[in-house]
This record gives sequence, C-alpha cells and structure tokens, in this order.
Amino acid sequence: MNGLSTSVWRGLPQAGVAAVIAIGLAMLAPDQGYYLNILMQASTYAIAVVGLVVVLGYCGQISIAQAAFFGIGAYGVAIGTVDYGLNFFVAMLIAVGVSGVFGLILGLGSLRLGGHYLAMVSISFQQILTLVLTNWIEFTHGPDGIRNIPRPRFFGLSLQGGHAFLALCLVAMVLVALFAWRLKATKLGRAMQAVRDNDLAAATSGIDVFGTKVIAFGISAVLGAIGGGLFAGGFGYISPDQFSFAESIVLLTMALLGGVQSPFGALIGTMLLIILPETLRFLKQVYLAVYGAAVILIMVFLPDGLWGFIDDRIRRNARAITLPAPKLPLLSQTGQMSAEKVLEVADLAKHFGGLKAVDGVSFAVRRGSVHALIGPNGSGKSTFINVVTGLYVATAGKISFAGRDITTLSPHQRNRRGLARTFQNIRVFRGMTVLENVMIGAERVGNDVANAPAEVLTRALAALDFVDMRADAHRMVGELSYGHQRYVEIARALAGSPDLLLLDEPAAGLNMTEKVELGNLLKRLKGHGLTILIVDHDMNLVEQVADHITVLNFGRRIADGAPGDVLRHPDVIAAYLGEPRHEVA
Amino acid sequence: MSNFLQLLFNGLGIGAIYALVSLGFVLLIRAASVVNFGQGEFSMLGAYLLVVFFNIFGINYYVSMALSIVIMAGFGVIFAYTTYWPLRFRGGLPVIISTIGASIFLENLVLVLYGPSSVQIDGLFDADGIQIGDVFLATQYLSIIVIATILVVLQYLVFEKTLLGKKLQATSQDKEMASLLGIPVVFMILITFAYSSAMGGLAGMLVAPLLFVSVNMAGIIALKAFAANIIGGYGSIPGAILGGLALGVIETMGASYISVPYKDAFAFAMLLLFLMVRPQGLFGEKISEKA
Repeated sequence: MNGLSTSVWRGLPQAGVAAVIAIGLAMLAPDQGYYLNILMQASTYAIAVVGLVVVLGYCGQISIAQAAFFGIGAYGVAIGTVDYGLNFFVAMLIAVGVSGVFGLILGLGSLRLGGHYLAMVSISFQQILTLVLTNWIEFTHGPDGIRNIPRPRFFGLSLQGGHAFLALCLVAMVLVALFAWRLKATKLGRAMQAVRDNDLAAATSGIDVFGTKVIAFGISAVLGAIGGGLFAGGFGYISPDQFSFAESIVLLTMALLGGVQSPFGALIGTMLLIILPETLRFLKQVYLAVYGAAVILIMVFLPDGLWGFIDDRIRRNARAITLPAPKLPLLSQTGQMSAEKVLEVADLAKHFGGLKAVDGVSFAVRRGSVHALIGPNGSGKSTFINVVTGLYVATAGKISFAGRDITTLSPHQRNRRGLARTFQNIRVFRGMTVLENVMIGAERVGNDVANAPAEVLTRALAALDFVDMRADAHRMVGELSYGHQRYVEIARALAGSPDLLLLDEPAAGLNMTEKVELGNLLKRLKGHGLTILIVDHDMNLVEQVADHITVLNFGRRIADGAPGDVLRHPDVIAAYLGEPRHEVA
Repeated sequence: MSNFLQLLFNGLGIGAIYALVSLGFVLLIRAASVVNFGQGEFSMLGAYLLVVFFNIFGINYYVSMALSIVIMAGFGVIFAYTTYWPLRFRGGLPVIISTIGASIFLENLVLVLYGPSSVQIDGLFDADGIQIGDVFLATQYLSIIVIATILVVLQYLVFEKTLLGKKLQATSQDKEMASLLGIPVVFMILITFAYSSAMGGLAGMLVAPLLFVSVNMAGIIALKAFAANIIGGYGSIPGAILGGLALGVIETMGASYISVPYKDAFAFAMLLLFLMVRPQGLFGEKISEKA
C-alpha cells in the first residue's frame, strides 16, 4: 500500500492539469439541457465503468452488479439530502462507505467461488437490491422514486447550474480514471493482474489472492457509488428501474466494448454506448436493435475492445525501448554450504481419499546446497512440492522452514518467509510484460527491496540480467517461447531473493540446447550459494548440479544421501532406473 | 393442508417452466461451454411465433405450436452461427457479451415488429382445470408438468440409448477426442443449439397463457432458470430439472406464506444460501485445479 500512496502523490500535478482541462471542457459544452444531460449521464456512468475496469479488467473477477452499487450511491445521496437534510457531500460519503462495505462483502464470496458462480452471486445481489428499492417504500419511496434531489455548494461556490455540475462530474471522472490508470502500475495493481492471470502462481509469489480480490471488489463498489451519487445530483430524480440488472449489463457492455484493461477503454466505451444510441435515433424504432447488433460486431472484430485495439497499435510501434545501465549483479554475497537446515520435513503425508500420494516422508535441505528430489512418474514428487509450498494441505506431518513451523501457513505466507517456486507446467502472468512479472517477485513482502519501488525495478532488471532476458523486458510474456517463459518464471522467483528455491521439473518441455543453458544457469546459481530443491527426471541435469539426492517411490522415501551413493543404491536402481545407471542415456 | 397442496401444485407448474429453460442452458454449457444470456429471448420468440400463427393467421393452435417449434430450431442454428461461432476460441466472456448483444437485438427487433403492448393468448385446452377436493389443478399447469416430464424422459432416452445421444455426450465431454473419433463436432454443437432454442421456445409457448406475451416476459424466467442450474449443480441435467422444480415450489410458497412483493427474492436468496453452503449444488462435482 506504501507504493500506492507515493504513486498517488506523484500523480498530483497530472491530476491538477486533468481537472482544469475537465472544467474547461464542461464550460465548452453546448448550453442546452439535452446535451448537458447526455454528458452528465456519460461522465457519471464512466466512473462506475472504471470500477468494472478495476474488478474485471485488472483482477479478472466478473461482477454483474455495478448498477446496484451505482444505485446505492444514488439512493444514498437522494435519501440523505431529501429526507434527512444532509449536505450533498456528507450524504455521498455515507453512500460510498455503505457501497464499499457491500462490495467487500461481495468480495468475500470470492473466497470459495469463482467464475460463473461469483457472477451469479453478484446477479443475486443486484436482483435483491432492486426488490428492496421497489418495495421498502418507507425508506426508498418505492417505485415512484425520489424527486427534487438538490445540487450542492462547494466551498461557497454554487454547483446549481448545469455547466457547474457537469464540471464536477467531469472532474470526478478524470480523477477516477487517472487513479485507475496509476493503480495499474502499483504493487496492488500488479497483484490484481497476477491474480487474474494465474492465481496459483500469484499465491506462491507472495500475493494474498483472496485479500486482493476483496480489495478490488471494494474499490469497484466505491467507484460505482461515486458515479451514482453524482448521477442523482445531476438529474434530480431517481427511480429503482434506473439501477436494474439490465443497467448492470449495460455498464458491463460499456467496459468490454471500450476495453476492460484500461480506464481509457472505460471512457471510450461509455461515451460510445451513450452517444451511439442517441446518434442512431434517426433510425427511429430500429435503433436499439442496431445497437444490439453493433455489440456483437464489435465483440467479433475487436476482441479486446476499442482501446485494446488502439493500445495494441501503440505498443507495436513502441517495441524498441532499450533499457540503459550495465548488467546488474543479482546475488551480492556468496553463500556457504552449512549444516543449517533451511527446510525440514518430518513424516509428511498427503492422502487423496485412499490414495497415499505422499506417505510419511522425512528429509532436510541444508543451506547452500542443491538438493534433488527424484523418483519415477507417480512417485509423489509434485504432490510433495505442492504440500511444501502450501497449495495442498498436509494430511499429517510437519514442515519447518528457516527454523519455524510453516505446516499450516497459506502459500503466500510461506513465500513471504522466503520460499519460492517454479511450476512444471509454466505459470507466468500472460497478460503482463516480462518486467512486470519479475517485479511481482521482487515485491514479495519480506524481500529487502519490497517497499522501495525504485529498487524493485532495479532488482527485477538484475534478475532478468541473471537469466539473460533483459532485452525482452517490455515484451508480453505470452509472446515468448516456452523456454524463455521458463526463464521468466525463474527470474520472478530469484528477484524475491528467496532462502530456498523449489524448481518443479525445470527441464520439462525444453529442447537440448535449452537444457544445456538451464544446466549452466543452475550451476551459476549454485556458485552463488543459493539453496535449491530441484525435482526432475533429467538424470544428466541432476547429476551435474546435485549435492544431495532424495528418492521417492510410491510416496515413500527409498533413498537419501550423496549422489554417488544414492544412484548406486539397489532399491533406487530397481525402482527408478530399472537397470544399471550407466546404460541410461 | 389443502392450501399447501395447491401451492405445491402451482409451484411445480412454474418450476417445470424453470426446469425447461434451465435444461436449455445446461445443454449449451455442456456442448459448447456457452453461458447463453439470450436463453430468455428464445422463450419470448417462441411465444410471439405462437401469437403470430394462432392469433393473427388463425392457424390451428397445435399446428401453430409445431410450426413455431420447427422455426425455433432453425433459429437456434442461425443464433449459433452469428453469436457463438465467430467467438468460439475466445473463452467464456466474449461469447457471454455477444449473447447479451443478441438478446438486446432480439428484444428490440420484436418491439419494432410488434410494438410494446402485451398480448393475451389462449391455453392449450379449453377446460379450466380439475377440482380434486380443495385443490384446483389448472389445465395449463397440468399440461406444463406433463409435457416437461415427457420431454425429460425423451431426452434421457435419446442421450442414453441412441448413437446420436452418445455422440452428443462425447462432444460435450471432450471435443478434441470426439473429433478424432470421427464425430462431426460442429454438427453436434449445431444440433444442441437447435434443440436448446426449440425447447426454450416451447417453454415460452407453455408459459405464455399464464403471463401476457411481451418483449420482456422471459428475462426474469431465464435468470431464475440460470439460478436453478447452479442450485442443481452447474452443468448437471438432473440438477437443472430438480433445481428448477425446487425453485418454483419455494418461490410460490414463499410468496404465499412470507411476502408477495419479495416473491422474486426467494430464488436469489436460496441461490446465495446454496453458494455459501454447497457451491457445487445438488448434483455438481467439486472441481479443483492441479498445480
């Protein structure tokens, strides 16, 4: 959150300029009620749509209740000012607070639910709110709605006039858009995107996935209510049908058509969908049908929305960014092998029903060593790694890391203690650049640079230097080859300067050249004294780097010791190699 | 007690409608992983076709229904080609938006062609219903329950006992493998769209005499049917049927015993309850991602 506040402060000059431009634009608006109303509607809707950009675009959580939050804002202002005689801004503040709380509650639903389910929760919330607005007549005035909602004064300045109030709406809109735009490049913003792209990798990179989702829902609900509050002031009259499910769909469509990855997309989408039906009015009755067809066409031809299309063109032309500075050192000290046990597992077990995938395994990884965990397919290696990193809950046994019991900690808490991992089937954040991926690693809570944004950047670049990927820093990860994505994943883990790095089959899917490069990389890491636990099938690779080998078979440890001894162990030969190891290629 | 039985009967009647619409949802989810927000419009179109053939052209009621069902099946194919096909490789959300676009388009097209006034239409039979003791079995509800039962049994037989059904199942479980085995996957998906559309249309025709036929008659029905689908278990066929029936009964009872204005809230409150306590629904399977 620290990075967020500094980033917001640094945005102040921009915000000032943007606000002045917004006021200027408002004054330029034609002096006719019709135009003022359209612009007021567009700007207040746009604020709510930016909320969707945060929750859906950044964090990847479907919310089909934005009109409900918009409605809470509007009704809060209306009831507060009309029935309780509160000041406009006080009423707005209360409404925004209430909406934020409902947003957080909705976000709590994401603890156990995702995708369609979460969408359905939000739809239910939306429907129930509509029913309450319609039927709780004593409080909400029921289907008749609320009239004569006053416009406020602002430090003695009257905002009664159309232009003045429009200026307030536009200023709010640009500030909200600017906030969302800056949010994307903060630690919180990156965490949201990581959760969206790959929640497991986010968790094992130290991100509190659940907390991040809840915050995203909260922010989205707050923005929805700000838009709604201004809407109520702008039009002076509200009724329940303005905040129905259908309106939530309209807001969602605006976000997706404009481009849900950016607040600029939100602004474009909102303007388009409010102005398009107006300009289509010459088509008389057909216009809404044409509008529906336009939605399908835009979805078919511009999958990332209008802004996504524009942004893609800009990005293609700006590909040639070069980063200055010499190669940066990643690991300053050279660690020494010692007897200290970094990781110690005791009688660890993981059962799936009757299947004992890991069945009472004990061993320790010593500081500064490269420890290999090998075993035939189905021997429980991957399950073991998943239990150690917290993706699975252990059935029995104890895991100690750096002298502390971590058996019951969640994956992100384990990562924050200094436990980093890579995945067998690469898990990178595909919607982000190489550099952003690695920055997420550097930002892990507990890392020495975590709270200094400038140093996070330096550390991330250093990690990219280490795997020789700096030239690709600004490319999207999804564009890279499989082998290079593997390096990005390793760099992400390294940037967090972990005490222990778990590599889950890093050679899987690599070609011969890439395997040789990987071997060299591991040797360099070993030279720097990083403690590594590596799981792999590639005996060649394991023999090159391992100081110590543990062998699993059918979930049990069958051998543990120095490579030479272990690989000559008769049980190992029988179980894993099947024949003397010299005949294995 | 008689009041309870009466409510149970009426609840099952409206629940059978939810079940039919929910089945339409589930089939598309299984065959093409499509969450179709235009499902309600299928029902609306079906009802309007019936109005056109019966009220306007004066064709025999049952012939009108048959004609409408055939047209709806054809419409399902057109819907698939325009709304789903161009976006089929882009994941769930773009298709959802595109079906939303389609539903806006259809609603407004009908509005243009037919105007905003709602229309009344006759029921399946002239007789009002049967009085058994204190319970009145209205003909239309009775017909809905009987037709829904027949359809469900038929569908079960087709899916489980015929080669076509096996092919449809294979398509829904693993499109790639099905296609490697020589099953025409595209054709199977089109059949599913056609069937889903025809069944949605039929549900609309059955419910039409109970409500007025209007442009937005089916929106809330579709939403509740989707809720029924989650209560029953996302993507589960028996779940869709039982979820639909349960929802119909609970909402009818809730409206009568607790509160009429909040009738529509019971479905969603029940949904929320399920999502908190048993998110996989009645028949759903727990799915966990492999690391």
